[in-house]
Amino acid sequence: MAETRTIEMEVLRYHPESDSAPRFQSYQVPFTPDMSVLQGLQYIKDHLDGSLTFRWSCRMAICGSCGHMVNGVPQLSCHTFLRDYFPAKVRVEPLNHFPILRDLAIDQTDFLTKLESIKPYIIPAEDKPVESGEFLQTPAQLDRFYQFSQCINCLLCYAACPQYGLNSDFIGPGAMALLHRYNADSRDGGRAERMPLVNEEEGVWSCTLVGYCSEVCPKGVNPANAVNQNKVNSALDYFFRFLMPKGGTR
Amino acid sequence: MTRKRSNAPVFWALFGAGGALAALLGPVLVFITGIVTPVGIWMPQSALSYDRLLAFSQHWAGKAALFVIVSLFFWHAAHRILHSLHDVGIHIHAGMAAKLLCYGSALLGTVIAAAALLAIGF
Repeated sequence: MAETRTIEMEVLRYHPESDSAPRFQSYQVPFTPDMSVLQGLQYIKDHLDGSLTFRWSCRMAICGSCGHMVNGVPQLSCHTFLRDYFPAKVRVEPLNHFPILRDLAIDQTDFLTKLESIKPYIIPAEDKPVESGEFLQTPAQLDRFYQFSQCINCLLCYAACPQYGLNSDFIGPGAMALLHRYNADSRDGGRAERMPLVNEEEGVWSCTLVGYCSEVCPKGVNPANAVNQNKVNSALDYFFRFLMPKGGTR
Repeated sequence: MTRKRSNAPVFWALFGAGGALAALLGPVLVFITGIVTPVGIWMPQSALSYDRLLAFSQHWAGKAALFVIVSLFFWHAAHRILHSLHDVGIHIHAGMAAKLLCYGSALLGTVIAAAALLAIGF
């Protein structure tokens, strides 16, 4: 049997109908070495305090639901282990820069609106009937967008981004990485529709290349790279828009 | 919804060009003009004598090099300082004033450099 120890978990609580401000509540949580921070929260909900609210689903770092600030760092709580914090306490808060709905659950509306605005789907470059077969891509063409397609919309990069924290009108790292994922796909022809979002002050130009977004990404996406490739694209679009018959935006 | 195109690419291009030059030439310029030549090791002190530098800045190529280095370094610094101000919380309402001050200094530096280089003659 694995050894059971007890760790103090300090969790941010906020029930808008009864609390005037968020507060912290501490729990003594028994844990085994294989237990994640998420499992700690589940222990609290099942055994200590059923009123604790948090989102989770897959428990294996693929659904992107359980992002929290764990000791001040944006983390997937299923991907973060209690053993790494013991014997100190572990503090769990909702993701930074988002309004709190209840306890650890944040309001994602702002991101979802932005995600919709970037048209996160392939807009075919050419009409091709199904009978004519699949679209072929070379490994080099795949490489151009593959890493950006790994995004799971967990919002850790938004919690990490100081510019999004200062001004939430900024489109942000995640949405820009996904925008780039489609613009960089050889099958896609939607670039001209997406460039106006890139070219705005709140598009790529709010980024100051801090790079923390890429550091916290649990899926190895490099949003800072996507944003900064698009600074180049936006600058080219700015200076050469009158020379480009197609692909440029007015 | 109409989206407003940012004019940031103009300043970003100047920033980028100045940054590339600063990274490539900045340290070696400090080394040559600030350390090696004044001390007289490896380079004779006369290498940066008044007559030589006057001749350099009166030649069209020397003028072009000095103008590009001085003005682009200014634009690079202005952009960097502006974004650092933003990071320490000076933005939104104070942003326009900060922008005018930063980019205004760079413009002023550019104009002064151009005027001085022209005043020196050919």
